[in-house]
Amino acid sequence: MSVFLFKRLFTFLATLAVASVLVFTVLELLPGNVAQVMLGETATPESIAALEKKLGLDKPPLQRYAHWVGGLLQGRTANSFSYDTPTAELIAERLQVTVPLGVLAMVLTTVLALALGIYAAARHNQIGDVSVMAASQLGIAIPSFWFAILLILLFAVQLQWVSAGGFPGWTEDDGGGLLDGLKALILPAIALALVQAAILARVTRSAVLEVMREDYVRTARAKGLSRRQTLWRHVLRNAMIPVLTIMGLQFANLITGTIVVENVFVLPGIGRLVFQAIANRDLVVVRDVVMGLVAVVVVVNFLVDVLYALVDPRLKASDA
Amino acid sequence: MSTAAAVTRPRGLPGFGARALRNPSFLVGALLSGLLALAALVSLFWAPYPPAEIDIPNKLQAPSAAHWLGTDSLGRDIASQLLVGAQNAIVVGLVAVGIGLLVGVALGCLAAARRGWVDELVMRAADFTFAFPALLSAIMLGAIYGPGLLTGILAIGIFNIPVFARISRGAAQAVWAREYVLASRAAGFGPWRITRNHVLPNIASVLIVQATISFATAILAEAALSYLGLGTQPPQPSWGRMLNEAQTMLFQAPMLAVYPGVAIALSVLGLNLMGDGLRDLLDPKLARKR
Repeated sequence: MSVFLFKRLFTFLATLAVASVLVFTVLELLPGNVAQVMLGETATPESIAALEKKLGLDKPPLQRYAHWVGGLLQGRTANSFSYDTPTAELIAERLQVTVPLGVLAMVLTTVLALALGIYAAARHNQIGDVSVMAASQLGIAIPSFWFAILLILLFAVQLQWVSAGGFPGWTEDDGGGLLDGLKALILPAIALALVQAAILARVTRSAVLEVMREDYVRTARAKGLSRRQTLWRHVLRNAMIPVLTIMGLQFANLITGTIVVENVFVLPGIGRLVFQAIANRDLVVVRDVVMGLVAVVVVVNFLVDVLYALVDPRLKASDA
Repeated sequence: MSTAAAVTRPRGLPGFGARALRNPSFLVGALLSGLLALAALVSLFWAPYPPAEIDIPNKLQAPSAAHWLGTDSLGRDIASQLLVGAQNAIVVGLVAVGIGLLVGVALGCLAAARRGWVDELVMRAADFTFAFPALLSAIMLGAIYGPGLLTGILAIGIFNIPVFARISRGAAQAVWAREYVLASRAAGFGPWRITRNHVLPNIASVLIVQATISFATAILAEAALSYLGLGTQPPQPSWGRMLNEAQTMLFQAPMLAVYPGVAIALSVLGLNLMGDGLRDLLDPKLARKR
């Protein structure tokens, strides 16, 4: 394994470890009495003592941390305070909505951004380029949750093509089906993709323009390759490095965007789960969901680093 | 003209005003940002109605001379809420960017000046903070301390720290490699004095551009937090919460969901355009490449 990837793997594992310490510390140690926070100010001392015992708060913090992390690594989690179900089960159930939504949004973002970015770069300083740049500037300024509300306003309230929110489920037993499920996710995915695509289209355009100025592109054209052939064979591969960087960074935005948009469309995903948990003061769920989301962000950034090394062999060579 | 005057170093940015007037991005951005600042300033002294004043008999009024943008489901004047909501946007932007600037720039300059393990530590800490988007921090803080404007500002501010740390470290490293810094070091000046006299003035333009863009991001983040109930709490008006309340009235009064969104989008658009314009004006080399 190259030094570059080894360093990245070490950083990845260290980041996960420090993140787990931080999440544990913030949610278990700082407030003083977790059981009191969860039960509210009107809780009796007996109920607080009972919950402390149930949550294992009577044990030393280090032991609790080790128990929590050990459990996470083995897929064993504590029971939610309000649902009385292991948080892993709750999260797995909600991921059936959040993951397809995130994937759909990412696919839409990538297709839209690459198409618009390449189109704008190919028509540099022409009307097409200026229009794409103006539209993307506007797209970046629009909050995804407001765009989501506008989509509901148009497609649910005015045209009445879809419902204003909710999720019918993936199977007919749930009262839905594959098509109904996808239909419920399409507007949220569009709302999420708009802002992400606006940013990524600008990056794609800049990256493509930068590579198009390189000598080897001029050489390729001089050799007799058509504009299209040069673009596909030489420009895009090299322009993908900054695009990948931004896609990795955008993933964190996509996750937080998903949390917000799920709340706009009342989708039973991770976002709804964490907000219901906050309302119920269910810190066990908040802790495990936040840790899970942070882990996803860190894993994706690590994978992006690995992809760099694949796309740009110089990275491996420079560190080796 | 005396010789002394002739060799005096020009102050400020020569021709900035004239170039700014020829930069449409900067002009439109400055106009929109100016409107945001003006709305916040005016609302400190005057608003058509007290923004939190409930007036049920006049609920869901259409726009009129009495209520320019109508009223909401509790009879509150929309225009007044939008005006006072601008204060919120400005405060969040200023404080969150202020936290990022103060802590982030200090850490970035320290990393550039000290290098070695200090640099490595600061940069790894910055990488780590990126794993906690503002919303996740706000969720954690909100779950413990309860939702509120302070929780929101803190979460956004903390997320700004690594942004400014990375940018200032990169820009400061470039300054440290310049010959005049080498000369200062040879003359016996320490890292603190070099940072104050040479590094900070030379990285100021990069920081101004980033501050403008981070200001816009902070407004977006606060709106999202307030929409989710994790930011500004009633009765203080906020554009994000106005959208949350408007969503329950989409069928009866759809325009209620339009005005606050337009206010957020125009503010963010203005700041982003101003940031783009400033980048072109303060770094003409970059402008030519774009």
